[in-house]
Amino acid sequence: MSKYEALTGDQAVATAMRQINPDVVAAYPITPQTETVEFFAEYVANGEVTTDFICVESEHSAMSACVGASAAGARVMTATSANGLALMWEVVYIAASLRCPIVMSLVNRALSGPINIHCDHSDVMGMRDSGWIILFSENGQEAYDNIIQAVRIAEHPDVLLPVAVCQDGFITSHAMERVEVYDDADVRAFVGTYRPKWSILDVDNPKTYGPLDFYDYYYEHKRQQVEAMEHARRVILEVADEFNRKFGRNYGLFETYRLEDADVAVVVTNSTAGTAKVVVDNLRAQGLKVGLLKPRVFRPFPAKELTDALRHLKAVAVMDRSIAFGSMNNAGPLFLELTAALAIHGVHIPIADYVFGLGGRDIKPSEIESVYRDMLRVAETGRVERLVTYLSVRE
Amino acid sequence: MAQLKGWREIPIGGLILEAGNAVEYKTGGWRAFRPVFGQAQCIHCFQCWLFCPDSSIMVDAENEKMVGFDLEHCKGCGICASVCPVNAKVIRQAGEALKRDDPRLCIRMIEEGKAE
Repeated sequence: MSKYEALTGDQAVATAMRQINPDVVAAYPITPQTETVEFFAEYVANGEVTTDFICVESEHSAMSACVGASAAGARVMTATSANGLALMWEVVYIAASLRCPIVMSLVNRALSGPINIHCDHSDVMGMRDSGWIILFSENGQEAYDNIIQAVRIAEHPDVLLPVAVCQDGFITSHAMERVEVYDDADVRAFVGTYRPKWSILDVDNPKTYGPLDFYDYYYEHKRQQVEAMEHARRVILEVADEFNRKFGRNYGLFETYRLEDADVAVVVTNSTAGTAKVVVDNLRAQGLKVGLLKPRVFRPFPAKELTDALRHLKAVAVMDRSIAFGSMNNAGPLFLELTAALAIHGVHIPIADYVFGLGGRDIKPSEIESVYRDMLRVAETGRVERLVTYLSVRE
Repeated sequence: MAQLKGWREIPIGGLILEAGNAVEYKTGGWRAFRPVFGQAQCIHCFQCWLFCPDSSIMVDAENEKMVGFDLEHCKGCGICASVCPVNAKVIRQAGEALKRDDPRLCIRMIEEGKAE
């Protein structure tokens, strides 16, 4: 039997980790770590899990320990945030290229500097080309559900890639909400037992992880990573389908909200999508045909599916919680990728980018409404006046 | 060189699934200096065999003799020459620093391409 609990996003993730009972968790215990690891350490201390918890001296070591444990055949999880992820950098790529199915809870917070600990997406956007699968979560429930599904996605024999599960720092990580927690036994049955194919602890079949790989084979191994990402597109949906049948929550590549008959839409990830739904309802009550698209899967990027979901619209606004500095018009990463997808698939809709909420700056319903109103004007004129807007920055 | 395999034919992630295959990787071409063994001086103490980081000292185990270098794998690091007690004795008796290719040494390091 599942039950409803009042949990913060961090607690929701820790709860999922307790139920999954991974073989190894390696994490750095101090700032910028989230409370997830603190809660999980209690589960370890209380004997509620049998996990080997490795408390390391830096995030670089945390991810290194994760890679080593994963190569040894363990089911491995970790958690980090912001500059913690940045310090993992080198090993983040190694985890993906050594095909270690590690699951990471990533609470999205701003990268320094100037020093900031609050929400934005500059941390995760830095890892977008690292070879990790990246999932976004609107709230604690989605973070909890995504963590459970991430284990299955990562460990699928056709995938074997690490997965990062994102949620918004403080906004959902520290805010208490109602979360449906499934029965421990059901979660354990769903994630099953990890049976690694190539464990270095299998001493009867000695093998080498991470050897030198020069111009003769490195490229072929990168090509294999592409193939794994392509398989992930299918596996993510298969796992979501099984999850839905077992736990009754429907996840796809993205969620649409009142989008089917909309004229204009906003595309935004994580917690801001929740706020935007309220704005959509308010504007709909005024007879305005507005909708929302909330990407869940950012890597692999579902270009074709997003295009199909958006092609009927008269105007689209992307809301980016980070800046790709020096990119086209200094836009945000989500905008850059989505505009490319639309263009490649022959869909030419007026589209604009709204950068918002950097360093934890609040995003208010009135500001999201102003984006919708801009887009309704664009839908009428067919003309985008400003490609990139830095929403609510003081001039 | 053997035919290179395509990405579908090789283990993922750069994994090497067989053990003991470093022998197939010929590293002798990396060498700048080649060790040369002076049979007459050698006391067959096996210090070079013990210290060689690349298992490149060839020995006749039955007769407990050092017989030479595996030049397909020796990278020419010169550790064998450094740890050789005969070399140490020769240098001490000479009372001066000797060149690495001095003919009096037991294990000499000769620049690749140069004659012994």
